[in-house]
Amino acid sequence: MKLALSGKFVSTAACVMMALSVPAMGIAGDTIKFGVAGPHSGDLASYGLPSVNAAKIVAKQVNDAGGINGKMIELLIEDDVCKPEIATNTATKLASEGAEVVLGHICSGATKAALPIYKDKGILVMSPSATNPALTQSGDYPNFFRTIAPDDAQAEVDVNFVLEKLGYTKIAVVHDKGDYGKGFAEFAKKFLEESGKAEVVLFEGVTPGAVDYSAIVLKIRKSGAEAVIFGGYHPEASKIVGQMKKKRLKTTFISDDGVKDMTFIKVAGKNAEGAYASGPQDNASNPLSKVAIEAHKATFNSDHGAFYENAYSAMLAMVNAIKMAGSTDLAALKKVLQTEKVETPVGNIFFNEMGDAVGVGFSVYQVQDGKFVEMK
Amino acid sequence: MDYFIELLFSGLTRGSIYALIALGYTMVYGIIGLINFAHGEIYMIGAFTAFIVATVLSIYGFPLLAIIVIAGVAAAVWSSAYGYTIEKIAYKPLRHAPRLSPLISAIGMSIFLQNYVLLAQTSDFLPFPALIPEFEFMEPVAHIVGSSDLVILITTTIVMLILTYIIKFTRVGKAMRATAQDRTMAMLVGINVNQIISATFIIGSALAAIGGLLIASHIGQINFYIGFIAGIKAFTAAVLGGIGSIPGAVLGSLVLGLTESFATGYVSSDYEDVFAFSLLVLILIFKPSGLLGKAETKKV
Amino acid sequence: MLLIKELKKALGVALWFVFLTFPIMVIKVDPIERIIRYRWENAAYVAIVTFTVYLVMSFIKLRKLRVTADKKESKPSRNVIHSILNNKKQLAVLSFMILAIALVFPHFFSVYQTNVMTTALMYVVLGLGLNIVVGMAGLLDLGFVAFYAVGAYSYALLNYHFGLGFWVVLPIGGALAAIFGIILGFPVLRLRGDYLAIVTLGFGEIIRLILENWGEFSQGPSGISNISRPGFFGMDFSLETSIMYMYYIMVIGVIVTIFIVNRLQDSRLGRAWIALREDEIACQAMGIDKRKTKLAAFSLGAFWAGLIGVVFAAKTTFINPASFTFLESAIILSIVVLGGMGSIIGVIIGAFILILMPEYLRALSEYRMLAFGGVMVAMMVFRPQGMIANIRRTYKFEKQK
Repeated sequence: MKLALSGKFVSTAACVMMALSVPAMGIAGDTIKFGVAGPHSGDLASYGLPSVNAAKIVAKQVNDAGGINGKMIELLIEDDVCKPEIATNTATKLASEGAEVVLGHICSGATKAALPIYKDKGILVMSPSATNPALTQSGDYPNFFRTIAPDDAQAEVDVNFVLEKLGYTKIAVVHDKGDYGKGFAEFAKKFLEESGKAEVVLFEGVTPGAVDYSAIVLKIRKSGAEAVIFGGYHPEASKIVGQMKKKRLKTTFISDDGVKDMTFIKVAGKNAEGAYASGPQDNASNPLSKVAIEAHKATFNSDHGAFYENAYSAMLAMVNAIKMAGSTDLAALKKVLQTEKVETPVGNIFFNEMGDAVGVGFSVYQVQDGKFVEMK
Repeated sequence: MDYFIELLFSGLTRGSIYALIALGYTMVYGIIGLINFAHGEIYMIGAFTAFIVATVLSIYGFPLLAIIVIAGVAAAVWSSAYGYTIEKIAYKPLRHAPRLSPLISAIGMSIFLQNYVLLAQTSDFLPFPALIPEFEFMEPVAHIVGSSDLVILITTTIVMLILTYIIKFTRVGKAMRATAQDRTMAMLVGINVNQIISATFIIGSALAAIGGLLIASHIGQINFYIGFIAGIKAFTAAVLGGIGSIPGAVLGSLVLGLTESFATGYVSSDYEDVFAFSLLVLILIFKPSGLLGKAETKKV
Repeated sequence: MLLIKELKKALGVALWFVFLTFPIMVIKVDPIERIIRYRWENAAYVAIVTFTVYLVMSFIKLRKLRVTADKKESKPSRNVIHSILNNKKQLAVLSFMILAIALVFPHFFSVYQTNVMTTALMYVVLGLGLNIVVGMAGLLDLGFVAFYAVGAYSYALLNYHFGLGFWVVLPIGGALAAIFGIILGFPVLRLRGDYLAIVTLGFGEIIRLILENWGEFSQGPSGISNISRPGFFGMDFSLETSIMYMYYIMVIGVIVTIFIVNRLQDSRLGRAWIALREDEIACQAMGIDKRKTKLAAFSLGAFWAGLIGVVFAAKTTFINPASFTFLESAIILSIVVLGGMGSIIGVIIGAFILILMPEYLRALSEYRMLAFGGVMVAMMVFRPQGMIANIRRTYKFEKQK
């Protein structure tokens, strides 16, 4: 019994040291603190780091232009490795450091774990990538907004496209067993079955990161599916289209906006040709989208990654809301977000009662000559 | 029947991939009794080196064959260098430590190397150049077994044969077996045990690098995290076959690859890993030291 | 002379590392745009860092050599902490001080610090639980997180379906995990060493995969949200108080665990475990039932994991299978080994280091996990026995003079 306590002594000493070494927080009142939370290390870092870049770019632009109503943006960037238990630490850290609004989290699971903490503190949270429908539709999290369409909306777009434009009747639904991919796939399956026009001939999950997907590709072929709807992210998608090509499969590949990412085309190369993916409407012709992409190129000397534009848009929406509301009070911010439209790379958007962005039109794109081309 | 053959080849390819990584695990385990968790990372570094070298060469306009050879050699050289260095830094000082200490050191090393590549390169997925060409003569059967499957199968077989030759007939190989059997005795008969351990790490790492090159070319992408998942599977395969036994590692890998492939094909890929691990548990219950492992002699 | 030799060696090491890190540190390619960037400055950094590190290391080594040459230390393994442990009076004072600090801690530090400390305390209990299996009974378990998951899901599901409260489920979660421990224990009784390790790893993965794929049962990868926080006679807490409440629950939890584990270690069963770890055959020859003893170790270790699983679900209020990966088992195992296998105080210190370090390394932002991995290697290399090595109980027979 006594032994435990000496351990605590060490840690307490460590805490005291930490507390001393961290510069006094919350003294400067002339900044607005934006929390940025997401996976910045570990296996899912590639989904979290682009949002950090977006936050940095927008913050710099705003600060260079004189800040929000004269106040500078200060970024508090915290890693949550996409794990719920770490996300609660991240959230309490951001809350106790005085973050006034939060860009994040990236994964739906981490977001769900973190939201009650922000809710308690009245902090506005806007995610560029958490697509789980329950986040907005359950009504549990009045402080949550997002600039990405929920799984069910996307699945509907994809399913309608497959049924009406392509007219297929035998469809395989494959997912990556993750919360995003499986959620999307389950909705796709539901909509397909409800429509009564098509048959789901296969519904299975693949293991992300596996060295080889040929067995599932063979199974798709055996099922006789005319199209595969895939729920998941681009690494798995490019592996699957690659192996489909290798096995000489002609099945059409349709996926979600975790795949509608330039990295998919880059990695899959020629194999991506002809694949479909849903994503926010016409952002290629949107001037702001070009600005956002170019800013990334100029600042970081590299192409942006996943959810960059969504994060950029979320930053713009939050900056605009704070500017219009004149404070970071949750109720005031909500009012602005729900009434005032804002120009962003994903479209001219505002938010509905539940927190989903309205105006992020969704359409289906096809990869043609190394580019996503919108299917009208 | 066609479907069966297709799945069979898919399983064999998968198994061969595991085998190239599993050999490194089993060799290191055989000689110092350490589960080298950083081995998956060596494989990842091999793939990255091959990627960097191949891309640089292709930008400078080298012919494909030269790219394959140089990238392969570079990957093997650098992976071996990493394997050698890691052994010196993280495992050698722990040679006489409690059995689990090097294991933790290996886990730490694995975390370190992943983040090292993440920071020095990128977190994103990168397209790996298709180094293995699509052979003309394979076209009629391409829907069953592709060119890269063929190359992987042949390479694994050749590597296996060379390795068996080295272990069975060369001086280094004999010294390795002696060290694995009894380190103290090996020292007494004049074997430089430290050198032999280093040699084991070098050979194991080179194999992993070849594996990295082939697999990355087969699936067409790499990222800093590929080593971890492949590593766990390969390690499972090595244990399945009887850890410490080289033919065992290959057999275990093939069994694992085939199980996964048939489980996906005939049951569901949702549970492919469940099948793989259940098979492992079952086999170990009936043969507690793996398929080809030597039964542990009990000290009395 | 020695200095020049060392400098030469350091130079060699630096050059080797420049070569080693050359492709990954220096070259960066973009295969699409076909651009190569050479970052030569990185090579220079690598050279400077490795050169200095090598020199510092050899300097330390040299000094150590001199010191040990000067005065032959009799027992280096017995350090300050051991001497405090052996002195009842000092121990009492120290534990009282620490208890006092632990009790007032949340009142002086922010909610965040309290929350992190709660996590660390949870890992102390997890570490102590695994210590029973690995440290005392010598059974290497790489799938410990499975039991943790069993506890967490039993609370989440019972709360979701039947609205059962934290205090009701706490013993249920522990018991369920213990039952799973026995289920796992049976088939693996025959296995030894690393074969056992891989089977437990497989078992851990199987549990996680089932949770992930059996959506009807566990809600699959999207997880279970809105799990109730622990109640206290039906009172409603704000976030701050409930975090503080959770903290005090864990403080009590840790004290209870230490008490029980300490008693267990000295019990008949504890001694049987240690005997089993040292020599199975001799142990059986002494009439110890190997089967029962091993199963007891598995189920008792799992019991603690189950309890903490319940606490985990209540603290996070959301769980999904992603929290129960192999890496988690590896971290818990590292706590045990890093702290010093079989030593209770070592495990506690190990848990604090490994759980608090990544939190406080947040200042390093993206270099956080790099440093974490590096420190893990360094600690093992410099203290292979763990922070606080367990001291073997010895009985010395001395002839009467």
